[in-house]
Amino acid sequence: MRRRRPEGTSVTRISITVDGTTYEDDVEPRRLLVHHLREQCGRTGTNVGCDTSNCGACTIHMGGTSVKSCTILAVQADGEEITTIQGMAEKAPGVRDETEGWHPLQKAFHVEHGLQCGFCTPGMIMASAALLAENADPSEDDVRQGLEGNLCRCTGYVNIVRAVRRAAAEMRGEPLTTSPEEGTMGEADVTERAGDADRLRDVEVAP
Amino acid sequence: MIPATFDYIRAGSVDEAVAALVEHGDEAKLLAGGHSLLPLMKLRLAAPEVIIDLGRVDDLRGVRDGGEHLAIGAMTTHDAVIKDPLVQEHCGVLADVTRTVGDAQVRHRGTIGGAIAHGDAASDLPPLLLALDGTVVVQGPDGRRNIRAADLFVDYLETSIREDEVLVEVRVPKLVGQWGWHYEKFGRVAQAWAIVGSCALIKGSNGTIEDARVGLTHMGTTPLRASATEATLRGASTDAIAAAAEQAAEGTSPPSDLNATPEFREHLARVLTRRALTAAAG
Amino acid sequence: MTALDTPPTALNVGRTRLRKEDARLVTGRTQWTDNLQLNGMLHVALVRSPMAHARVTNVDVSAALEQPGVVAAFTGADLVSNWEGGLPCAWPVTEDMAAPVHLPLATDEVRHVGDAVAVVVARSKYQAADAIEHVLVDYDPLPVVTDMEAALADGADLADTSLSSNRSYTWQKIDGDIDAAFDGAAHVTTRRFIQQRLIPLAIETRSVVCEPPTHSREYTLWSATQVPHILRLMLALTCGVPEHELRVVAPDVGGGFGSKLNVYAEEAICLVLARHLGVPVKWTESRSEGFLSTIHGRDQIQDLSIAFDADNRIKGLKVELMANMGAYLQLVTPGVPILGAFMFNAIYKMDALSFTCHGVFTNKTPTDAYRGAGRPEATFGIERLIDEAAHELGVEPFELRERNWIKHEEFPYDTVAGITYDSGNYEAATAKAKELFDYDGLRAEQARRREADDPVQLGIGISTFTEMCGLAPSRVLGSLSYGAGGWEHASVRMLPTGKVEVITGTSPHGQGHVTAWSQIAADQLGVDYEDVEVRHGDTAVAHKGMDTYGSRSLVVGGYAVVSACDKVVAKARKVAAHLLEASEDDLEFDRGTFSVKGSPDATTTIQDVALAVFAAHDYPEDMEPSLDSDATVDPENFSYPHGTHLCAVEVDTETGHVHLRSYVAVDDIGKVINPQIVEGQVHGGLAQGIAQALFEEAVYDADGNLTTGSIIDYYAPSAADLPTFVTDRTETPATTNPLGVKGVGEAGTIASTPAVINAVVDALRPMGVNDVRMPASPRNVWEAMRSARDASATGRSELGAREGGAA
Repeated sequence: MRRRRPEGTSVTRISITVDGTTYEDDVEPRRLLVHHLREQCGRTGTNVGCDTSNCGACTIHMGGTSVKSCTILAVQADGEEITTIQGMAEKAPGVRDETEGWHPLQKAFHVEHGLQCGFCTPGMIMASAALLAENADPSEDDVRQGLEGNLCRCTGYVNIVRAVRRAAAEMRGEPLTTSPEEGTMGEADVTERAGDADRLRDVEVAP
Repeated sequence: MIPATFDYIRAGSVDEAVAALVEHGDEAKLLAGGHSLLPLMKLRLAAPEVIIDLGRVDDLRGVRDGGEHLAIGAMTTHDAVIKDPLVQEHCGVLADVTRTVGDAQVRHRGTIGGAIAHGDAASDLPPLLLALDGTVVVQGPDGRRNIRAADLFVDYLETSIREDEVLVEVRVPKLVGQWGWHYEKFGRVAQAWAIVGSCALIKGSNGTIEDARVGLTHMGTTPLRASATEATLRGASTDAIAAAAEQAAEGTSPPSDLNATPEFREHLARVLTRRALTAAAG
Repeated sequence: MTALDTPPTALNVGRTRLRKEDARLVTGRTQWTDNLQLNGMLHVALVRSPMAHARVTNVDVSAALEQPGVVAAFTGADLVSNWEGGLPCAWPVTEDMAAPVHLPLATDEVRHVGDAVAVVVARSKYQAADAIEHVLVDYDPLPVVTDMEAALADGADLADTSLSSNRSYTWQKIDGDIDAAFDGAAHVTTRRFIQQRLIPLAIETRSVVCEPPTHSREYTLWSATQVPHILRLMLALTCGVPEHELRVVAPDVGGGFGSKLNVYAEEAICLVLARHLGVPVKWTESRSEGFLSTIHGRDQIQDLSIAFDADNRIKGLKVELMANMGAYLQLVTPGVPILGAFMFNAIYKMDALSFTCHGVFTNKTPTDAYRGAGRPEATFGIERLIDEAAHELGVEPFELRERNWIKHEEFPYDTVAGITYDSGNYEAATAKAKELFDYDGLRAEQARRREADDPVQLGIGISTFTEMCGLAPSRVLGSLSYGAGGWEHASVRMLPTGKVEVITGTSPHGQGHVTAWSQIAADQLGVDYEDVEVRHGDTAVAHKGMDTYGSRSLVVGGYAVVSACDKVVAKARKVAAHLLEASEDDLEFDRGTFSVKGSPDATTTIQDVALAVFAAHDYPEDMEPSLDSDATVDPENFSYPHGTHLCAVEVDTETGHVHLRSYVAVDDIGKVINPQIVEGQVHGGLAQGIAQALFEEAVYDADGNLTTGSIIDYYAPSAADLPTFVTDRTETPATTNPLGVKGVGEAGTIASTPAVINAVVDALRPMGVNDVRMPASPRNVWEAMRSARDASATGRSELGAREGGAA
């Protein structure tokens, strides 16, 4: 039988800066950073999807790059600067005027339908941002390998890969392919875009 | 899941960490990157009474040129190892193998010292350290000592680092001369552990092999070398690779799990070693 | 009913609109159940059995009660008086079906690892997690049943001591003269296929929050569920809370795939705890806990025989299934496999079909609906069997399919299973798939590799699938003994400002209903897409619904939106005619504007009408001053998406590694509301079906322990493990709903598993391999190759082939 000390006898004072705001709190040493972010710092955009560091839903930036906040103790983050999904847009986002101020990855995930339920999305975007910081023009395979630590169960990843490469193009200042939404009104087809041979092709109507 | 409670000691130096280890004995665990220890604690498969955090011991980070070897601070992250110019210049195989460890986020946080000290036979770096004839430097109450890789890995998740010692440095030789290398990591999915891995290094020119090293991942309770294969190849021609690779599983005692029987692991070791050697010689 | 070619004003339907849902999701402003923090909220943790089968002789929570922060702790016996029976199974497939009482907290017997026996409530989740280690439980081990065949043998140990056997039910359906079909057959192919057990693995784990009455007499229960309406009804019945005093909310829900289509112990427990303690409580599942306590999928043994005449036409198909129920019957556990009775015949014509399914209890986590639910299993069985028969008959697999499938001109077609496929064009989908895939080119490469004895062999796999979705005609569900109907509800409210609220009974968790329903309503009403808001997933807002599963939401729920919009327009037309002093028959309605034929200046808009009705100063005498409308629609038939999927794999014959090289999916899902959402649904479905073929399996040991207890060894694929899929469509509109839609949520999953395994077997066929157990892991592939080699070495004929032989 392990000896247990009563809860509350041992806390450590930590100070972390999250999305530009500094939070000082007493925490139990065992407190996981992701729980601290979600429950003390209001960062419920950062999610927990597993207990074995596999799914990547909890990915944030700390020390300038991507880490899994479920596998870090809050005490280990003392003094660190952290960015979460909620700090990625330049300003507090509105409901409707959607893409203004968004990070290119946020825009690209939206435009390319790189999310469905959205639960893995914060982690995907944070992992992708770290990937793009190291490789401004990743190939499809670079993106796939680079996101091996993030699981999505909805999308089959195809549109996530597209989204990351679209964001990379925007961040490099290149002209973007048209949004899938821009097409002739009323047409049942999606305009095929250059380089995307696997887009939905013209629909053949079998009578 | 949630770890059990523990007392937390943030070491400011190696001396402080050693002092804490001496005080708390086997109730204490060192915390490096945490990517082996914290998942076990969250599942409550490990519940140390005391955690000694090495995260603030800054002089354990970084790569130093030690003359004939590179000295890598134990708290150097995998990512920093991969990007280090000294590693790239003098021991590229370390960068290449480290690139296969975990995933990007894990490499940003996990450390070389943590991965070696965990001593996991299924892990990628221990067999490489073995194949390189590397050394680790540990510090205890009586000062520092070196442990050769061949003497480091004792049994399943067990090393010869004593309970009151801290792994402070990993030393790998500079690869001098015409070395080629390749790591064949064979797993179920990208982020999974290797079912079997074979890391081959070959030194030689014009089809003659001066030296050959093969480290095997997940072929026993400890990381292993394919010693028979290595012996056959030393001084031989690269034409001998296929036959030598047939000896890759000699002396191994591979585990049985969902992914492989011992027999299948032995078969994989032979195939992967042949491929790794061929690529290394290429 | 015939499909409308286009809605009245097709500004939105049929084209990609970027999703309205995304703005919150990509910026992290979400409301997952676990995000909720309520004043005074307590945290719940469950004590779960580490044993697969045991008698519980004592549960002692007294030490746990002494732990820091612990407020309460209960055993199963403490709570037993709260339950009105056990957790519900809504699908008693036979009258004599055995269904053990499934208490949310076990009292005297645990039946699978993870079965809960006690609950602790504490001020923090950390304290609750600590305290459950102090609950002392005495278990007296009982024999463990894990193997279905052994479970059905005479004298077998029982998975549940309250039952007399491990058989839950035997369900049989025979169509046509099956004996005649086999007696006169020129060739019979017989196979056994194993559908391994899977874990659905929605990335959001389950979570429940329950708040006792505050401002009203109502309990509010938030849950990460696909089925808030079903949950409300079932929890009311299970816990004795009056239905009208229970509000269930499904806030943001992070995927489901069937795993959240249920009524779970923790939902009932949280409701009872909130009632008992008078404060809000929260429970959030950890992933490894979820692997034990959230339903699993698949897990069947399929014994199949197919009979052909001398012209290679199918005469009959015999299907005998053993379906693993696990330890208990969850909401629709027994019904899932029997959907195969309608699906094993697939796209093929045949004279007779016999289908028998044995539901079997074992000491494992219960199974239930997982993406596709019964249809992937059936599709796998028939599509694998057709490939094996083609091999035995010496014909090209496409040729055998084409000879037997329903021709385009034969629709609508009454199948041997007694349902009517309304539309389809298998020829068109197949032609397009073959072209996109470069079928002939890949066959040529395959021949070259075989010729060269390449260690990496190429395999080509085919799946020409159909499925039944749009669940479901209520009368059909009734005939199958399901406990409810399959209708769906929608309400449409025109607000005074001309904005529109659509309230739907479907409950999306990633499918984009807010976007797609907005597109439909905007076009039907002629209002701007941005002027529509879709509300869902809260029984206080959407009071009526049958929720989201079975690829039903668009087919049935979208239909309801159309129907409710039509009623709004009909009312608005009446008011417009009154205001314009014209006859209703003289009014035209286009893009939101009513105009009088021949009087171009006499117009009014639906928004103006809405304001006029709100003011109610001047409206027709024979109507109420309201445009709001409800619609509840009950589909007359299922819908039948189909398609042709082609897969190329490279199999490393030295290591057994399978590399998925290319995948083409041509799906016919009828009309499409939003092509981008459709494509995403196909992609995600493919990934899950491919994962069954190559990666995933929930493995138990002989003691009933889940060996694959976390994502470390349950291999869900990441982006690095999958290719970019080539997707395309053909379009034969459904004729049974006004949108012409068929449903797309499960198609990719249903079609892809057999395509991949057919490809793996095709690659290895020259080595004598005729089957590879799923998942086609290196080990399973290697063992299949070795068995084939051993079989040929000992002079036996090809492994497993020709067992039925030529009759």
